[in-house]
Amino acid sequence: MAVQRKKRKRRELFALGNEAVAEGALLAGCSFYAGYPITPSTEIMEVMANRLPLIEDGVFIQMEDEIASMGATIGASLAGRKAMTATSGPGFALMQEHIGYACMVEAPLVVVNVMRGGPSTGLPTSPAQADVQMARWGTHGDHPIIVLSASDVQECLEMTVTAFNFAEKYRTPVILLLDEVTAHTREKITVPDPDEVEILSRVTPTVPPEWFKPYADTARGVPAMAPIGSGYRTHVTGLTHDVMGYPTQRPDEVKDAMLRLFRKIDQYYGDIQMSDEYMLDDAEVAVVAYGSVARSAHLAVEQARERGAKAGLLTLKTLFPFPRPAVEKLTHRCHTVVVPEMNMGQMSREVKRVNNGRTKVRTINRVDGQIITPSEILKAIL
Amino acid sequence: MKAPQPIDRFEIRLSGLGGQGLITLGRLLGSALALGHGYYVTQTQSYGPEARGGSSRADVVVSSRPISYPKTESLDLLVALSPEACNSYYRLLKKTGLLLVDTTLVKHAPTNVYLGLPFTQMAKEQIGNPMTINTMVMGAVTHLLPFADARVMRKSLEANLPAKIREVNAKAFALGLKQAQRHFGDAGGIWAAAEENGAHSEDDIIV
Repeated sequence: MAVQRKKRKRRELFALGNEAVAEGALLAGCSFYAGYPITPSTEIMEVMANRLPLIEDGVFIQMEDEIASMGATIGASLAGRKAMTATSGPGFALMQEHIGYACMVEAPLVVVNVMRGGPSTGLPTSPAQADVQMARWGTHGDHPIIVLSASDVQECLEMTVTAFNFAEKYRTPVILLLDEVTAHTREKITVPDPDEVEILSRVTPTVPPEWFKPYADTARGVPAMAPIGSGYRTHVTGLTHDVMGYPTQRPDEVKDAMLRLFRKIDQYYGDIQMSDEYMLDDAEVAVVAYGSVARSAHLAVEQARERGAKAGLLTLKTLFPFPRPAVEKLTHRCHTVVVPEMNMGQMSREVKRVNNGRTKVRTINRVDGQIITPSEILKAIL
Repeated sequence: MKAPQPIDRFEIRLSGLGGQGLITLGRLLGSALALGHGYYVTQTQSYGPEARGGSSRADVVVSSRPISYPKTESLDLLVALSPEACNSYYRLLKKTGLLLVDTTLVKHAPTNVYLGLPFTQMAKEQIGNPMTINTMVMGAVTHLLPFADARVMRKSLEANLPAKIREVNAKAFALGLKQAQRHFGDAGGIWAAAEENGAHSEDDIIV
Protein backbone atom coordinates (compact mmCIF):
# COMPACT_ATOMS: atom_id res chain seq x y z
CA MET A 1 0.00 0.00 0.00
CA ALA A 2 1.48 3.28 -1.03
CA VAL A 3 1.82 5.83 1.69
CA GLN A 4 0.62 9.20 0.55
CA ARG A 5 3.11 11.83 1.63
CA LYS A 6 1.35 14.96 2.76
CA LYS A 7 2.30 17.94 0.67
CA ARG A 8 3.85 20.72 2.70
CA LYS A 9 1.83 23.90 2.61
CA ARG A 10 4.19 26.83 2.77
CA ARG A 11 3.05 30.33 1.98
CA GLU A 12 5.15 33.15 0.59
CA LEU A 13 4.18 36.65 1.66
CA PHE A 14 5.52 40.15 1.19
CA ALA A 15 4.87 41.20 4.74
CA LEU A 16 5.67 43.73 7.44
CA GLY A 17 7.64 42.66 10.51
CA ASN A 18 4.47 43.26 12.50
CA GLU A 19 2.43 41.04 10.18
CA ALA A 20 5.08 38.34 10.50
CA VAL A 21 4.75 38.51 14.30
CA ALA A 22 1.02 37.84 13.98
CA GLU A 23 1.67 34.97 11.55
CA GLY A 24 4.18 33.51 14.00
CA ALA A 25 1.75 33.82 16.89
CA LEU A 26 -1.01 32.02 14.98
CA LEU A 27 1.47 29.34 13.92
CA ALA A 28 2.49 28.85 17.56
CA GLY A 29 -1.14 28.28 18.53
CA CYS A 30 -2.04 31.68 19.94
CA SER A 31 -5.81 31.83 20.27
CA PHE A 32 -6.22 34.92 22.43
CA TYR A 33 -5.21 38.52 21.89
CA ALA A 34 -6.16 41.49 24.05
CA GLY A 35 -4.62 44.84 23.29
CA TYR A 36 -4.85 48.55 22.78
CA PRO A 37 -3.52 49.92 19.48
CA ILE A 38 -0.39 52.07 19.48
CA THR A 39 2.02 53.08 16.73
CA PRO A 40 4.28 51.37 15.65
CA SER A 41 2.77 48.06 16.82
CA THR A 42 -0.77 48.48 15.51
CA GLU A 43 -0.49 46.12 12.52
CA ILE A 44 0.02 43.18 14.89
CA MET A 45 -3.34 43.96 16.43
CA GLU A 46 -4.96 44.51 13.01
CA VAL A 47 -3.93 41.08 11.74
CA MET A 48 -5.00 39.39 14.98
CA ALA A 49 -8.37 41.18 14.80
CA ASN A 50 -8.88 39.83 11.29
CA ARG A 51 -7.63 36.32 11.84
CA LEU A 52 -8.57 35.24 15.36
CA PRO A 53 -12.34 35.27 14.75
CA LEU A 54 -11.74 32.83 11.88
CA ILE A 55 -10.11 30.15 14.03
CA GLU A 56 -11.93 27.84 16.42
CA ASP A 57 -12.35 29.46 19.85
CA GLY A 58 -10.21 32.39 18.73
CA VAL A 59 -10.77 35.47 20.88
CA PHE A 60 -9.76 39.03 20.06
CA ILE A 61 -10.59 41.87 22.45
CA GLN A 62 -9.75 45.54 22.17
CA MET A 63 -9.36 46.64 25.79
CA GLU A 64 -9.75 50.10 27.31
CA ASP A 65 -6.01 50.45 27.93
CA GLU A 66 -2.77 48.52 28.24
CA ILE A 67 -3.24 47.74 31.95
CA ALA A 68 -6.45 45.91 31.15
CA SER A 69 -4.89 44.32 28.06
CA MET A 70 -2.20 42.71 30.17
CA GLY A 71 -4.77 41.63 32.77
CA ALA A 72 -6.92 39.95 30.13
CA THR A 73 -3.88 38.25 28.62
CA ILE A 74 -2.91 36.80 32.00
CA GLY A 75 -6.49 35.63 32.58
CA ALA A 76 -6.59 33.87 29.22
CA SER A 77 -3.25 32.23 29.91
CA LEU A 78 -4.44 30.90 33.28
CA ALA A 79 -7.54 29.53 31.56
CA GLY A 80 -5.29 27.48 29.28
CA ARG A 81 -4.92 29.70 26.24
CA LYS A 82 -1.76 30.72 24.44
CA ALA A 83 -2.14 34.46 24.73
CA MET A 84 -0.37 37.54 23.42
CA THR A 85 -0.52 41.31 23.55
CA ALA A 86 1.52 43.90 21.67
CA THR A 87 2.31 47.51 22.40
CA SER A 88 4.94 50.23 22.28
CA GLY A 89 6.84 52.14 24.98
CA PRO A 90 4.02 54.13 26.62
CA GLY A 91 1.77 51.06 26.73
CA PHE A 92 4.62 48.85 27.88
CA ALA A 93 5.09 51.17 30.85
CA LEU A 94 1.45 50.63 31.84
CA MET A 95 1.85 46.86 31.56
CA GLN A 96 4.73 46.60 34.00
CA GLU A 97 2.78 45.87 37.18
CA HIS A 98 0.90 43.04 35.52
CA ILE A 99 4.07 41.65 33.96
CA GLY A 100 5.35 41.21 37.52
CA TYR A 101 2.09 39.51 38.41
CA ALA A 102 2.54 37.16 35.44
CA CYS A 103 6.07 36.34 36.66
CA MET A 104 4.74 35.59 40.14
CA VAL A 105 1.81 33.42 39.10
CA GLU A 106 3.96 31.90 36.32
CA ALA A 107 1.53 32.67 33.50
CA PRO A 108 2.98 31.77 30.11
CA LEU A 109 2.32 34.61 27.69
CA VAL A 110 4.00 36.80 25.10
CA VAL A 111 4.29 40.59 25.18
CA VAL A 112 5.58 42.29 22.03
CA ASN A 113 7.02 45.77 22.47
CA VAL A 114 7.77 47.61 19.23
CA MET A 115 10.18 50.26 20.47
CA ARG A 116 9.74 53.87 19.40
CA GLY A 117 11.50 57.02 20.52
CA GLY A 118 10.88 57.96 24.17
CA PRO A 119 10.63 58.79 27.03
CA SER A 120 6.88 59.39 27.27
CA THR A 121 5.01 59.88 23.98
CA GLY A 122 8.39 60.67 22.40
CA LEU A 123 8.66 59.95 18.67
CA PRO A 124 5.65 57.79 17.78
CA THR A 125 6.77 56.93 14.25
CA SER A 126 10.55 56.70 14.74
CA PRO A 127 12.69 53.79 15.83
CA ALA A 128 14.58 53.40 19.11
CA GLN A 129 15.97 50.59 21.24
CA ALA A 130 15.54 52.36 24.52
CA ASP A 131 13.29 49.87 26.34
CA VAL A 132 15.94 47.17 26.65
CA GLN A 133 16.65 47.57 30.35
CA MET A 134 12.98 48.29 31.00
CA ALA A 135 12.07 44.93 29.48
CA ARG A 136 14.51 43.34 31.91
CA TRP A 137 13.82 45.37 35.02
CA GLY A 138 10.59 47.28 34.37
CA THR A 139 8.50 45.45 36.91
CA HIS A 140 9.37 45.57 40.57
CA GLY A 141 10.79 42.77 42.63
CA ASP A 142 13.59 40.37 41.90
CA HIS A 143 12.54 38.24 38.98
CA PRO A 144 13.96 36.37 36.02
CA ILE A 145 12.49 37.09 32.60
CA ILE A 146 13.17 36.18 28.99
CA VAL A 147 13.62 39.01 26.51
CA LEU A 148 14.02 38.22 22.81
CA SER A 149 14.70 40.36 19.77
CA ALA A 150 14.40 40.04 15.98
CA SER A 151 16.23 41.84 13.21
CA ASP A 152 14.48 40.90 9.97
CA VAL A 153 10.96 39.99 8.93
CA GLN A 154 11.45 36.23 8.72
CA GLU A 155 13.05 36.37 12.16
CA CYS A 156 9.98 38.24 13.48
CA LEU A 157 7.96 35.16 12.64
CA GLU A 158 10.51 32.71 14.00
CA MET A 159 11.22 34.57 17.21
CA THR A 160 7.49 34.90 17.94
CA VAL A 161 7.20 31.12 17.71
CA THR A 162 10.26 30.83 19.95
CA ALA A 163 8.75 33.33 22.40
CA PHE A 164 5.61 31.19 22.73
CA ASN A 165 7.68 28.03 23.07
CA PHE A 166 9.83 29.53 25.83
CA ALA A 167 6.75 30.92 27.58
CA GLU A 168 5.08 27.53 27.58
CA LYS A 169 8.20 25.54 28.40
CA TYR A 170 9.28 27.72 31.31
CA ARG A 171 5.88 29.08 32.44
CA THR A 172 7.01 32.67 32.23
CA PRO A 173 6.08 35.84 30.41
CA VAL A 174 8.37 36.35 27.42
CA ILE A 175 9.00 39.79 25.98
CA LEU A 176 9.75 40.20 22.30
CA LEU A 177 11.44 43.53 21.60
CA LEU A 178 11.27 44.89 18.08
CA ASP A 179 12.07 48.37 16.86
CA GLU A 180 10.09 50.49 14.43
CA VAL A 181 12.42 49.67 11.52
CA THR A 182 12.05 45.90 11.88
CA ALA A 183 8.33 46.20 12.51
CA HIS A 184 7.74 48.42 9.48
CA THR A 185 10.04 46.74 6.98
CA ARG A 186 8.38 44.62 4.35
CA GLU A 187 10.19 41.57 3.02
CA LYS A 188 9.39 38.28 1.42
CA ILE A 189 8.84 35.64 4.07
CA THR A 190 7.95 31.99 4.01
CA VAL A 191 5.28 30.92 6.46
CA PRO A 192 6.13 27.27 7.09
CA ASP A 193 3.67 24.44 7.17
CA PRO A 194 2.55 23.94 10.80
CA ASP A 195 3.91 20.38 10.62
CA GLU A 196 7.43 21.68 10.00
CA VAL A 197 7.55 23.77 13.16
CA GLU A 198 8.28 22.60 16.66
CA ILE A 199 5.47 23.87 18.87
CA LEU A 200 5.68 23.40 22.64
CA SER A 201 2.79 23.55 25.06
CA ARG A 202 2.67 23.77 28.84
CA VAL A 203 2.73 20.59 30.89
CA THR A 204 -0.66 19.79 32.40
CA PRO A 205 -1.14 17.67 35.53
CA THR A 206 -1.36 13.91 35.20
CA VAL A 207 -2.26 13.25 38.85
CA PRO A 208 -5.85 13.05 40.09
CA PRO A 209 -7.26 16.48 41.06
CA GLU A 210 -7.09 15.78 44.81
CA TRP A 211 -3.32 15.16 44.61
CA PHE A 212 -2.55 18.27 42.60
CA LYS A 213 -0.19 20.88 44.03
CA PRO A 214 -0.29 23.86 41.63
CA TYR A 215 3.18 25.17 42.51
CA ALA A 216 5.01 21.96 43.33
CA ASP A 217 8.70 21.86 42.47
CA THR A 218 9.82 19.55 39.67
CA ALA A 219 13.20 18.61 38.21
CA ARG A 220 12.85 21.43 35.67
CA GLY A 221 11.52 23.77 38.32
CA VAL A 222 8.38 24.24 36.23
CA PRO A 223 5.16 23.08 37.89
CA ALA A 224 2.40 21.42 35.85
CA MET A 225 -0.32 23.90 35.00
CA ALA A 226 -4.02 23.10 35.14
CA PRO A 227 -6.27 25.40 33.15
CA ILE A 228 -8.73 27.11 35.45
CA GLY A 229 -12.08 25.38 35.17
CA SER A 230 -10.64 21.96 34.35
CA GLY A 231 -11.52 20.45 37.74
CA TYR A 232 -8.14 21.01 39.33
CA ARG A 233 -8.13 23.37 42.32
CA THR A 234 -5.90 26.35 41.56
CA HIS A 235 -5.41 29.41 43.71
CA VAL A 236 -3.81 32.42 42.05
CA THR A 237 -2.28 35.30 43.97
CA GLY A 238 0.40 37.89 43.49
CA LEU A 239 1.43 37.35 47.11
CA THR A 240 4.36 35.03 47.59
CA HIS A 241 2.76 31.62 47.87
CA ASP A 242 3.40 28.06 48.98
CA VAL A 243 3.13 24.97 46.76
CA MET A 244 -0.66 25.04 47.13
CA GLY A 245 -0.80 28.60 45.85
CA TYR A 246 -1.75 30.21 49.18
CA PRO A 247 0.04 33.25 50.61
CA THR A 248 2.92 32.50 52.92
CA GLN A 249 5.52 34.45 54.83
CA ARG A 250 7.38 31.45 56.18
CA PRO A 251 11.00 32.14 55.24
CA ASP A 252 11.66 28.54 54.19
CA GLU A 253 8.66 28.49 51.86
CA VAL A 254 9.36 31.97 50.50
CA LYS A 255 12.97 31.04 49.82
CA ASP A 256 11.97 27.82 48.03
CA ALA A 257 9.42 29.64 45.90
CA MET A 258 11.78 32.47 44.92
CA LEU A 259 14.75 30.23 44.23
CA ARG A 260 12.61 27.96 42.07
CA LEU A 261 11.46 30.97 40.02
CA PHE A 262 15.10 31.75 39.26
CA ARG A 263 16.25 28.16 38.88
CA LYS A 264 13.68 27.30 36.20
CA ILE A 265 15.31 29.89 33.93
CA ASP A 266 18.92 29.80 35.22
CA GLN A 267 19.47 26.11 34.64
CA TYR A 268 18.43 26.39 30.99
CA TYR A 269 20.63 29.32 29.93
CA GLY A 270 22.14 27.10 27.23
CA ASP A 271 18.72 26.62 25.67
CA ILE A 272 17.55 30.20 26.07
CA GLN A 273 20.58 32.30 25.15
CA MET A 274 20.44 32.60 21.37
CA SER A 275 22.83 34.50 19.13
CA ASP A 276 24.09 34.39 15.53
CA GLU A 277 27.74 34.58 14.53
CA TYR A 278 28.94 36.07 11.25
CA MET A 279 32.62 36.08 10.24
CA LEU A 280 33.76 35.82 13.85
CA ASP A 281 36.23 32.95 13.50
CA ASP A 282 39.27 35.14 12.82
CA ALA A 283 37.78 38.51 13.79
CA GLU A 284 39.89 41.13 15.52
CA VAL A 285 37.05 43.62 15.76
CA ALA A 286 33.65 42.30 16.75
CA VAL A 287 30.37 44.15 16.50
CA VAL A 288 27.69 43.15 19.00
CA ALA A 289 24.26 44.27 17.81
CA TYR A 290 20.57 43.38 17.92
CA GLY A 291 17.37 44.35 16.15
CA SER A 292 17.48 46.42 12.97
CA VAL A 293 20.93 47.78 13.87
CA ALA A 294 22.32 44.25 13.44
CA ARG A 295 21.44 44.56 9.75
CA SER A 296 23.39 47.80 9.43
CA ALA A 297 26.25 46.07 11.24
CA HIS A 298 26.08 43.12 8.84
CA LEU A 299 26.64 45.38 5.84
CA ALA A 300 29.36 47.30 7.70
CA VAL A 301 31.21 44.04 8.46
CA GLU A 302 30.89 42.98 4.82
CA GLN A 303 32.34 46.33 3.71
CA ALA A 304 35.12 46.17 6.31
CA ARG A 305 36.10 42.70 5.08
CA GLU A 306 36.24 44.02 1.50
CA ARG A 307 38.77 46.54 2.78
CA GLY A 308 40.81 43.84 4.46
CA ALA A 309 39.77 44.51 8.07
CA LYS A 310 39.11 41.39 10.12
CA ALA A 311 35.66 42.23 11.40
CA GLY A 312 32.82 40.03 12.57
CA LEU A 313 29.32 40.31 13.96
CA LEU A 314 27.52 38.78 16.91
CA THR A 315 23.76 39.28 16.59
CA LEU A 316 21.96 38.87 19.90
CA LYS A 317 18.60 37.15 19.50
CA THR A 318 18.16 36.69 23.23
CA LEU A 319 18.80 39.92 25.14
CA PHE A 320 18.02 38.52 28.59
CA PRO A 321 19.22 36.30 30.13
CA PHE A 322 22.21 38.08 28.58
CA PRO A 323 24.16 35.67 26.30
CA ARG A 324 27.28 35.91 28.41
CA PRO A 325 29.29 32.97 26.97
CA ALA A 326 28.99 34.22 23.37
CA VAL A 327 30.07 37.76 24.31
CA GLU A 328 32.77 36.69 26.77
CA LYS A 329 34.48 34.66 24.03
CA LEU A 330 34.81 37.82 21.93
CA THR A 331 36.31 39.87 24.74
CA HIS A 332 39.11 37.32 25.00
CA ARG A 333 39.86 37.20 21.28
CA CYS A 334 39.19 40.66 19.81
CA HIS A 335 41.04 43.91 20.41
CA THR A 336 37.82 45.92 20.10
CA VAL A 337 34.15 45.18 20.60
CA VAL A 338 31.80 47.72 18.99
CA VAL A 339 28.27 48.04 20.37
CA PRO A 340 25.96 50.18 18.21
CA GLU A 341 22.46 50.78 19.54
CA MET A 342 19.64 53.29 19.33
CA ASN A 343 19.87 54.35 22.98
CA MET A 344 22.53 55.85 25.23
CA GLY A 345 24.17 52.52 26.08
CA GLN A 346 21.76 50.01 27.57
CA MET A 347 23.24 46.86 26.04
CA SER A 348 26.84 48.10 26.01
CA ARG A 349 26.47 48.26 29.80
CA GLU A 350 25.93 44.49 29.78
CA VAL A 351 28.81 43.96 27.35
CA LYS A 352 31.12 46.05 29.57
CA ARG A 353 30.01 44.08 32.63
CA VAL A 354 30.93 40.80 30.92
CA ASN A 355 34.10 42.31 29.45
CA ASN A 356 35.30 43.26 32.93
CA GLY A 357 37.96 45.58 31.50
CA ARG A 358 39.60 42.92 29.30
CA THR A 359 39.32 44.60 25.92
CA LYS A 360 38.22 47.91 24.43
CA VAL A 361 34.45 48.43 24.16
CA ARG A 362 33.39 51.17 21.74
CA THR A 363 29.84 52.36 21.79
CA ILE A 364 27.84 53.99 19.01
CA ASN A 365 24.72 55.63 20.34
CA ARG A 366 21.94 57.39 18.50
CA VAL A 367 18.81 58.86 20.04
CA ASP A 368 17.59 61.11 17.21
CA GLY A 369 14.95 58.72 15.89
CA GLN A 370 17.20 57.51 13.06
CA ILE A 371 18.66 54.06 12.53
CA ILE A 372 22.43 53.72 12.87
CA THR A 373 23.81 53.45 9.34
CA PRO A 374 26.36 50.94 8.03
CA SER A 375 28.84 53.77 7.37
CA GLU A 376 28.74 54.90 11.03
CA ILE A 377 29.57 51.37 12.15
CA LEU A 378 32.20 50.94 9.45
CA LYS A 379 33.96 54.07 10.70
CA ALA A 380 34.11 52.60 14.20
CA ILE A 381 35.48 49.29 12.90
CA LEU A 382 38.26 50.73 10.73
CA MET B 1 9.09 32.64 -12.98
CA LYS B 2 12.24 33.51 -14.92
CA ALA B 3 15.49 33.40 -12.97
CA PRO B 4 16.08 36.93 -11.68
CA GLN B 5 18.98 38.75 -13.28
CA PRO B 6 21.89 39.66 -11.01
CA ILE B 7 21.49 43.05 -9.30
CA ASP B 8 23.54 44.27 -6.38
CA ARG B 9 21.51 46.67 -4.20
CA PHE B 10 19.38 48.82 -6.47
CA GLU B 11 17.97 51.55 -4.23
CA ILE B 12 14.70 53.37 -4.93
CA ARG B 13 13.16 56.18 -2.91
CA LEU B 14 9.51 57.13 -3.44
CA SER B 15 8.98 60.49 -1.81
CA GLY B 16 6.38 63.21 -1.59
CA LEU B 17 3.45 64.18 0.61
CA GLY B 18 1.40 62.17 3.06
CA GLY B 19 -1.80 61.07 1.30
CA GLN B 20 -0.21 60.51 -2.13
CA GLY B 21 -0.17 56.76 -1.49
CA LEU B 22 3.61 56.43 -1.47
CA ILE B 23 3.76 53.69 1.14
CA THR B 24 1.11 51.73 -0.76
CA LEU B 25 3.18 52.28 -3.89
CA GLY B 26 6.24 50.92 -2.07
CA ARG B 27 4.28 47.88 -0.97
CA LEU B 28 2.89 47.23 -4.47
CA LEU B 29 6.26 47.72 -6.14
CA GLY B 30 8.08 45.62 -3.56
CA SER B 31 5.54 42.84 -3.67
CA ALA B 32 5.71 42.67 -7.48
CA LEU B 33 9.51 42.53 -7.46
CA ALA B 34 9.73 40.06 -4.54
CA LEU B 35 6.87 37.66 -5.21
CA GLY B 36 6.41 38.23 -8.95
CA HIS B 37 10.06 38.38 -10.03
CA GLY B 38 11.76 36.52 -7.18
CA TYR B 39 14.19 39.25 -6.12
CA TYR B 40 15.21 40.00 -2.57
CA VAL B 41 13.38 43.18 -1.64
CA THR B 42 13.16 45.29 1.49
CA GLN B 43 10.63 48.07 1.70
CA THR B 44 10.87 50.54 4.55
CA GLN B 45 8.98 53.71 5.28
CA SER B 46 9.20 56.98 7.05
CA TYR B 47 6.26 59.13 7.88
CA GLY B 48 5.12 61.69 10.38
CA PRO B 49 2.24 61.42 12.83
CA GLU B 50 -0.10 63.28 10.41
CA ALA B 51 -2.65 61.36 8.31
CA ARG B 52 -2.40 63.78 5.38
CA GLY B 53 0.09 66.43 4.46
CA GLY B 54 3.55 66.36 5.97
CA SER B 55 6.27 64.40 4.27
CA SER B 56 6.10 60.74 3.46
CA ARG B 57 8.46 58.33 1.82
CA ALA B 58 8.93 54.67 1.09
CA ASP B 59 12.28 53.12 0.27
CA VAL B 60 12.68 49.96 -1.78
CA VAL B 61 15.95 48.04 -2.05
CA VAL B 62 16.14 45.34 -4.73
CA SER B 63 18.89 42.77 -5.01
CA SER B 64 19.48 39.28 -6.31
CA ARG B 65 21.37 38.55 -3.06
CA PRO B 66 20.01 38.66 0.51
CA ILE B 67 19.81 42.26 1.73
CA SER B 68 21.41 43.20 5.03
CA TYR B 69 20.78 46.91 5.59
CA PRO B 70 17.10 47.39 4.72
CA LYS B 71 17.17 51.18 4.21
CA THR B 72 18.77 53.23 1.45
CA GLU B 73 22.12 55.02 1.54
CA SER B 74 22.70 56.16 -2.04
CA LEU B 75 19.85 56.13 -4.48
CA ASP B 76 19.69 54.67 -7.96
CA LEU B 77 16.22 56.05 -8.56
CA LEU B 78 14.54 58.93 -6.77
CA VAL B 79 10.86 59.52 -7.39
CA ALA B 80 9.84 62.95 -6.08
CA LEU B 81 6.20 63.97 -6.05
CA SER B 82 6.70 67.23 -4.17
CA PRO B 83 9.25 70.07 -4.45
CA GLU B 84 10.27 69.60 -0.80
CA ALA B 85 10.97 65.90 -1.31
CA CYS B 86 12.87 66.65 -4.51
CA ASN B 87 15.09 69.23 -2.82
CA SER B 88 15.77 67.26 0.33
CA TYR B 89 16.58 63.90 -1.25
CA TYR B 90 18.21 64.96 -4.51
CA ARG B 91 21.64 65.02 -2.89
CA LEU B 92 21.27 61.33 -1.93
CA LEU B 93 21.18 60.29 -5.60
CA LYS B 94 24.18 58.44 -6.97
CA LYS B 95 26.02 60.27 -9.74
CA THR B 96 24.63 57.68 -12.12
CA GLY B 97 21.19 57.77 -10.55
CA LEU B 98 17.91 58.88 -12.10
CA LEU B 99 15.47 61.49 -10.88
CA LEU B 100 11.79 61.14 -11.77
CA VAL B 101 9.47 63.98 -10.79
CA ASP B 102 5.82 64.93 -11.04
CA THR B 103 6.07 68.02 -13.26
CA THR B 104 2.64 69.22 -12.09
CA LEU B 105 4.03 69.78 -8.61
CA VAL B 106 7.80 70.05 -9.06
CA LYS B 107 8.21 73.16 -11.20
CA HIS B 108 11.89 73.71 -10.55
CA ALA B 109 13.93 70.55 -10.30
CA PRO B 110 17.38 71.08 -8.73
CA THR B 111 19.03 69.78 -11.91
CA ASN B 112 18.54 69.81 -15.65
CA VAL B 113 19.04 66.07 -15.86
CA TYR B 114 15.75 64.55 -14.83
CA LEU B 115 12.74 62.73 -16.15
CA GLY B 116 9.27 64.11 -15.59
CA LEU B 117 5.62 63.48 -16.30
CA PRO B 118 2.65 65.53 -15.08
CA PHE B 119 1.33 62.64 -12.94
CA THR B 120 -1.11 64.71 -10.84
CA GLN B 121 -2.60 66.37 -13.91
CA MET B 122 -2.84 63.07 -15.81
CA ALA B 123 -4.53 61.38 -12.85
CA LYS B 124 -7.07 64.17 -12.59
CA GLU B 125 -7.77 64.72 -16.28
CA GLN B 126 -7.18 61.43 -18.02
CA ILE B 127 -8.16 58.95 -15.29
CA GLY B 128 -10.57 61.23 -13.42
CA ASN B 129 -9.23 60.17 -10.01
CA PRO B 130 -6.29 61.97 -8.36
CA MET B 131 -5.87 59.01 -5.98
CA THR B 132 -4.46 56.92 -8.83
CA ILE B 133 -1.25 58.94 -8.94
CA ASN B 134 0.69 56.18 -7.15
CA THR B 135 -0.22 53.36 -9.53
CA MET B 136 0.48 55.67 -12.46
CA VAL B 137 3.95 56.31 -11.05
CA MET B 138 4.32 52.55 -10.69
CA GLY B 139 3.70 52.24 -14.44
CA ALA B 140 6.40 54.80 -15.22
CA VAL B 141 8.83 53.23 -12.73
CA THR B 142 8.19 49.81 -14.27
CA HIS B 143 9.37 51.19 -17.58
CA LEU B 144 12.50 52.62 -15.97
CA LEU B 145 13.54 49.44 -14.14
CA PRO B 146 15.53 47.34 -16.62
CA PHE B 147 14.94 44.24 -14.49
CA ALA B 148 11.15 44.56 -14.22
CA ASP B 149 8.72 42.78 -16.50
CA ALA B 150 5.69 44.99 -17.19
CA ARG B 151 3.27 42.06 -17.43
CA VAL B 152 4.40 40.61 -14.10
CA MET B 153 4.15 44.03 -12.49
CA ARG B 154 0.60 44.57 -13.76
CA LYS B 155 -0.53 41.12 -12.69
CA SER B 156 0.90 41.61 -9.23
CA LEU B 157 -0.69 45.06 -8.97
CA GLU B 158 -4.10 43.67 -9.84
CA ALA B 159 -3.73 40.79 -7.40
CA ASN B 160 -2.92 43.19 -4.57
CA LEU B 161 -5.82 45.62 -5.01
CA PRO B 162 -9.41 45.22 -3.84
CA ALA B 163 -11.92 44.63 -6.68
CA LYS B 164 -13.63 48.01 -6.56
CA ILE B 165 -10.48 50.00 -7.30
CA ARG B 166 -8.71 47.42 -9.47
CA GLU B 167 -9.87 48.62 -12.87
CA VAL B 168 -9.17 52.31 -12.42
CA ASN B 169 -5.69 51.58 -11.05
CA ALA B 170 -4.89 49.15 -13.86
CA LYS B 171 -5.84 51.96 -16.24
CA ALA B 172 -3.57 54.41 -14.44
CA PHE B 173 -0.71 51.89 -14.44
CA ALA B 174 -1.09 51.38 -18.19
CA LEU B 175 -1.16 55.13 -18.82
CA GLY B 176 1.96 55.73 -16.71
CA LEU B 177 3.77 52.94 -18.53
CA LYS B 178 2.69 54.17 -21.96
CA GLN B 179 3.62 57.81 -21.33
CA ALA B 180 7.00 56.79 -19.94
CA GLN B 181 7.68 54.66 -23.03
CA ARG B 182 6.66 57.53 -25.29
CA HIS B 183 8.53 60.36 -23.56
CA PHE B 184 11.55 58.70 -21.99
CA GLY B 185 12.53 56.24 -24.71
CA ASP B 186 14.12 52.84 -24.17
CA ALA B 187 15.12 52.06 -20.54
CA GLY B 188 18.51 50.69 -21.56
CA GLY B 189 19.28 53.99 -23.32
CA ILE B 190 18.22 56.05 -20.30
CA TRP B 191 20.53 54.20 -17.93
CA ALA B 192 23.39 54.29 -20.42
CA ALA B 193 22.92 58.06 -20.64
CA ALA B 194 22.81 58.34 -16.83
CA GLU B 195 26.03 56.34 -16.64
CA GLU B 196 27.62 58.64 -19.21
CA ASN B 197 26.38 61.71 -17.41
CA GLY B 198 27.66 60.40 -14.06
CA ALA B 199 31.08 59.70 -15.50
CA HIS B 200 31.38 63.29 -16.75
CA SER B 201 29.77 65.06 -13.85
CA GLU B 202 32.93 64.86 -11.78
CA ASP B 203 34.71 67.20 -14.19
CA ASP B 204 31.93 69.71 -13.86
CA ILE B 205 32.37 70.26 -10.15
CA ILE B 206 33.97 73.66 -9.66
CA VAL B 207 35.84 73.90 -6.39
